[in-house]
Amino acid sequence: MLTHAEPAAHAASTADVSPLVAFLFGKLRLDSIPWHEPIIMIAGGGMVGAAVLVVALITYFKQWKYLWTEWLTSVDHKKIGAMYIILALIMLLRGFADALLMRTQQALASNGGAGYLPPDHFDQIFSAHGVIMIFFMAMPFVIGLMNVVMPLQIGARDVAFPYLNSMSFWLTAAGAILINVSLVVGEFSHAGWLAYPPLSEIEFSPGVGTDYYIWALQISGLGTLLSGVNLIATIFKMRAPGMTLMRMPVFTWTTLAANMLIVAAFPILTVTLAMLGADRYLGMHFFTNDGGGNAMMYVNLIWAWGHPEVYILVLPAFGIFSEVVATFSRKRLFGYDAMVYATLCICVLSFIVWLHHFFTMGAGANVNAFFGIATMIISIPTGVKIFNWLFTMYRGRVRLELPMLWTLGFIITFVIGGMTGVLLAVPGADYVLHNSVFLIAHFHNVIIGGVVFGCIAGLNYWFPKAFGFKLHTGLGKVSFWCWLIGFWVAFLPLYALGLMGMTRRLDFMNNPVWHVYLIVALCGALLIFVGILAQIAQIVYSIWKRDELRDLTGDPWDARTLEWATSSPPPFYNFAVVPKVGNHDAFWDAKQTGTAYVQPKSYEPIHMPHNTYSGFLIGIVSAGLGFGLVWHIWWMAGGALLVMIGLGIAHTFNENRDYYVPAEEVKAIEDAHFANLKAAGLAKAGQPVKAGK
Amino acid sequence: MSKPANPVDHYENQIDSAYDHNPNDAHHAGDHHDEGPKVTLGFWIYLMSDCILFASIFAGYAVLKDATAGGPNGRELFDLNYVAIETALLLISSLTYGMAMISMEANKLKGVIGWLAMTALCGLGFMGMEIYEFAHLIHEGAGPDRSAFLSAFFTLVGTHGLHVTSGLIWMGAMFVHLFKRGLTPANRIRMMTLSLFWHFLDIIWIGVFTIVYLMGAA
Repeated sequence: MLTHAEPAAHAASTADVSPLVAFLFGKLRLDSIPWHEPIIMIAGGGMVGAAVLVVALITYFKQWKYLWTEWLTSVDHKKIGAMYIILALIMLLRGFADALLMRTQQALASNGGAGYLPPDHFDQIFSAHGVIMIFFMAMPFVIGLMNVVMPLQIGARDVAFPYLNSMSFWLTAAGAILINVSLVVGEFSHAGWLAYPPLSEIEFSPGVGTDYYIWALQISGLGTLLSGVNLIATIFKMRAPGMTLMRMPVFTWTTLAANMLIVAAFPILTVTLAMLGADRYLGMHFFTNDGGGNAMMYVNLIWAWGHPEVYILVLPAFGIFSEVVATFSRKRLFGYDAMVYATLCICVLSFIVWLHHFFTMGAGANVNAFFGIATMIISIPTGVKIFNWLFTMYRGRVRLELPMLWTLGFIITFVIGGMTGVLLAVPGADYVLHNSVFLIAHFHNVIIGGVVFGCIAGLNYWFPKAFGFKLHTGLGKVSFWCWLIGFWVAFLPLYALGLMGMTRRLDFMNNPVWHVYLIVALCGALLIFVGILAQIAQIVYSIWKRDELRDLTGDPWDARTLEWATSSPPPFYNFAVVPKVGNHDAFWDAKQTGTAYVQPKSYEPIHMPHNTYSGFLIGIVSAGLGFGLVWHIWWMAGGALLVMIGLGIAHTFNENRDYYVPAEEVKAIEDAHFANLKAAGLAKAGQPVKAGK
Repeated sequence: MSKPANPVDHYENQIDSAYDHNPNDAHHAGDHHDEGPKVTLGFWIYLMSDCILFASIFAGYAVLKDATAGGPNGRELFDLNYVAIETALLLISSLTYGMAMISMEANKLKGVIGWLAMTALCGLGFMGMEIYEFAHLIHEGAGPDRSAFLSAFFTLVGTHGLHVTSGLIWMGAMFVHLFKRGLTPANRIRMMTLSLFWHFLDIIWIGVFTIVYLMGAA
């Protein structure tokens, strides 16, 4: 009873080839590449072409050594954070291309037409869209911003475990590589972004798609978990003297909360996917129809991870908005304590609402009522936050710079998305709306309105800190308005369609009434596309005009927290002298009391970690591990695992991990910064400066 | 430790004292001496995530323990005497690891290596017994593909076994570190975190022994 027509290419059996070929290539054959699918071939060709172009450019400009020493082997949290964000932006393009393909297909295939995507391909696209957007766009974006900003905000010189940080990033990158390889070599999962069994079981998905899904997420999930451990240890152990927990910037608080959720939730994902993998690879019966398996256990487990995951993404976004609102209202954040407690409340509550994703399981009225009420309760701390932001703006001097625009767009969008969420939290209503495109509209409303707007606000806000120049305002505004209007044009029709009974993931429907709405939704998606193009243009143009957009002061927004107390971009050691913190908004206080911009009399050597290639190599080899496992190439999987363990152990024998930056070098860097500050008219007439020791 | 510190250590100590013992240099001391507590805290956080990993597998086992699909159940399969010996080996290995830590506090490198070797032997014995049990079950036709109950059983016990195996590999590397460098600060941190890991696995095993074997055989 095979339900999905499996292209012959994917069903290549190992029986008809020589044992040597089977050993060397596992299930992989030349016809595993879908040569006959023009869309995949063009997309894949474009990807390979872009990769070749990048390699050629790096070679032509002789930048390999620079790339290797300054980026690939770097353990600097700012560079690792920047690489996370670059990964996120590239994956945003890939995930958005999937979105456009789906919108186009539904618009074309709703009025008698057949569309242009075969069902098998359409199913892979919606699966890949969800997986890429959550795991390889939103997660790296959020973790990247946390990496760049949080250590600066707490006055630290790096994260607690810099080498581990590098490894975390490269494991995430390996997962992204696997997902992109699946586009061309073989296929991707067609079982949706959470791969519910029994559809994702080997009986119904005999191809390699689900295996790509499992291993890409297992490898990147390990990176995420390690990064969570790292950032928590950083916050607890490396804050500047005087920064008590209740003096931490709100973004640091939300980083802490999100990472506690990562550490508590991601092991559940690991276990769930491992069980699915055990079913597929070892013939086990966790979730199968036969042998006593229980598919609903998968749904419970994956959402026990999945709901906290939503807050892992959105809490840091809340932190970004808190920083932005305070800075651009030129006021201390209203209700700091309430903000912190609301964050922690959400943290706890996020673990007791998972069942609202499947009220229709039929757990009984009392169980559904409990989870429905728990879900509605979450809107209370979230509402507290909204009011805090509003009251911060109230009677503030609001400047409508780009980060603030995104924040205002967020508040309006997110509140509406939140309200449709409360609507869905009513089990009775959910029985009608479950799996409809109303749900699709709801979660895009909160994830785009919350996470994406937050990340872009953060990108505009902290870009000058990370790179030393601002992003262009005009193009940024174009991007903002296209995104905001495009979002509503794309998703309001889906709310309506959901109420009219349209379910999600339809590749074909013949319904002229729906057709109109789907055309409108497509127009909205195209408008968002213009917004994304404007964003790319904004970044490219700003790099081109970087001298005009240069920030000499390190504090382009007249901001409040410690990351603005150092130069833009910060020196690799962040702070020449570790700041002392006496209150909230440490840098604002320093500016008010006149202790900011005073060059110290002398400098001391600074203890810093060396770069290491171990993390990079382990990450890249892990992609080989995943590929070997996907295609049953056991020598490759086993070899890669051994190499990874070997590299990890070898690294423990590396005794040359850290060094001291001489005081003279620190002084030279700081002198240049203070010369800039003088040019900007900010530096205090200094006491005589000399290098210490 | 009877052997004097090797030249590199000596050099490193000099660097440390040059910078860290400077009374004018408050923030600096924070940089280097925090390494131990930082690593220990980080490792604790990791262990708690591992705890949740096991909790999820325990939950899966609890859901599936009666889903035998007509196959054998725990009462028919488990030999409590055999598992008691297995358990004893692991518990003794925790004790010997504790002795290794006491030797470390007393700066006795030989004691550390000796007790660590005892720990590794007990760990190897435990793993040997576990692998034999698995092989025996599979031979009897009670492999992980027989029923959901057995899938959960093999996964839970096997995940613990994989952790013990990782601990044994870590011990192998630990011996090399100890032979090469002695009881350096870095190696003390490694011994400390390995100790946390090893005792943690013991605690997990007590859960496995109780919930899987004792309750399953009852």
